[in-house]
Amino acid sequence: MRPKDLSSRISEWFQGSGPGADIVISSRIRLARNLAGYEFLPCLTQQRKRQILRTLKEAILGIDLGESVFYVDVDGVPALEQELLVERHLISRQHAMGKGPRGVVIAASESFTAMINEEDHLRIQAFQTGLQLRPCWERINHIDNLIEQKVEFAFHPDYGYLTACPTNLGTGIRVSVMLHLPALKMAGQIDKFLQAARDADLTVRGLFGEGTEAVGDFYQLSNQVTLGVREEDIVNQFNDVIVPKIVEYEHLARRKLLDKQLDALDDKIQRALGVLGNARLISSQEALFLLSHIRLGVNLNRIQGLSIRTINELFMLTQPAHLQMNQGEPLDADRRDATRAGIIRSRLCRN
Amino acid sequence: MLCQVCKKHSATIHLTEIQNGHREETHLCEGCAQQQGLSVKSQIPLNELLSTLLSAQAHGKTPAKEGDSSPGGNACPTCGMTLKEFGKKSLLGCAADYDFFREHLEPLIEKSQGGHTRHCGKVPSRTPVQAKHQIELAQLQKDLDAAVRTEDYESAARLRDRIKQLQTP
Repeated sequence: MRPKDLSSRISEWFQGSGPGADIVISSRIRLARNLAGYEFLPCLTQQRKRQILRTLKEAILGIDLGESVFYVDVDGVPALEQELLVERHLISRQHAMGKGPRGVVIAASESFTAMINEEDHLRIQAFQTGLQLRPCWERINHIDNLIEQKVEFAFHPDYGYLTACPTNLGTGIRVSVMLHLPALKMAGQIDKFLQAARDADLTVRGLFGEGTEAVGDFYQLSNQVTLGVREEDIVNQFNDVIVPKIVEYEHLARRKLLDKQLDALDDKIQRALGVLGNARLISSQEALFLLSHIRLGVNLNRIQGLSIRTINELFMLTQPAHLQMNQGEPLDADRRDATRAGIIRSRLCRN
Repeated sequence: MLCQVCKKHSATIHLTEIQNGHREETHLCEGCAQQQGLSVKSQIPLNELLSTLLSAQAHGKTPAKEGDSSPGGNACPTCGMTLKEFGKKSLLGCAADYDFFREHLEPLIEKSQGGHTRHCGKVPSRTPVQAKHQIELAQLQKDLDAAVRTEDYESAARLRDRIKQLQTP
């Protein structure tokens, strides 16, 4: 399999099913590891980077993941394929933009990836749809155990697993959930959520687009502290305390919209449908913004005949690299906007 | 709600002051609250934190020269990394840096890791038994503290037994 074989379908973890999926799009857990006996990435020679790549690639391809996997030489593929992997969250932007020998092992279902020579020698991550952090942890922990039988990771009796950046030290774990919070946004309460998250030592980022700005009301919430707290405790705290609380607030805000501001809500949803059903040119920012309203409309039963899966598909397939890969040619911004508008119109009308 | 001071950003800090039975509410954005000297907990970018800490440590010493002992100039014998370079990239050069720069790194680790400085959690299976016990002890001590705090004396007794067991050679 190659990156371009992925471009016409939607990732399993983005299907819109799973517990709490109307608000929690997906769950992800990542572990950062480095091989003992090698320098960290900033001090490695090309030759030693190659050795690490070979060692880790062989180790990971040699374990049984319960499904087929494929390897992508990130250094060797065209920029558009790199960008496609970034849009699908299979590699980080940093990995795509990096230099020197580096690669990624991807499970066919896209529910597991292993980035080699990113910021650390190895970053493995597991994805699930909806709020399913415990299955993510069980899987990634199991895979980590299997890899550990083949290679030795840098480990310090006081500091735990050693990472290039001290902010990942100890467990090397990053637990994330992707949240859709349109009602909190409409109610003007999103700042409260951001502040509460910061007070609890959590990081909030936008899910789509670059930088920290959240486009289309999608937020990625992650832990910041990786040292001095057990992996299971971080996972359980997220799964059982933090996320349910945010979900409850979003539900409350949605109920309030239905009870007190139904006209305003329906107006937003119908305007979004109107624009997306008729526009001839649409930027990815505008598409994300309007699709977010439609997604809320479907979840609140204000729109019939459209599935969350279709909406999620549009989120994924209208991203720039996906558009170009599926059209089979590079497109400039204007032609991307036209193609994007066309795809959205046809999907919305078909339903 | 907009910030009362700048009237531009939305207010995220809400103060209620009660003086002589008189209640007064103030609504501020993060920036204006900080300007008024109200301490606000916010995320400090690592490299900012780092350069502040490193410059504080270097304060009063002569500027870094090659091979001298100031924290900015000393290089790790394994990978050649210096604290100055680490300050620029926020990335260390090798595992040995954690011991070589330990006294400079530990305050930074403590700040960026919510006050923690010792690992608690997964240990590789090939770790020597003694190191495993050391980490388990730290975890048990933490659990014991929590059990005592919540007055769960049954668990506390069990944890104490296990700690004794690990401590006897």
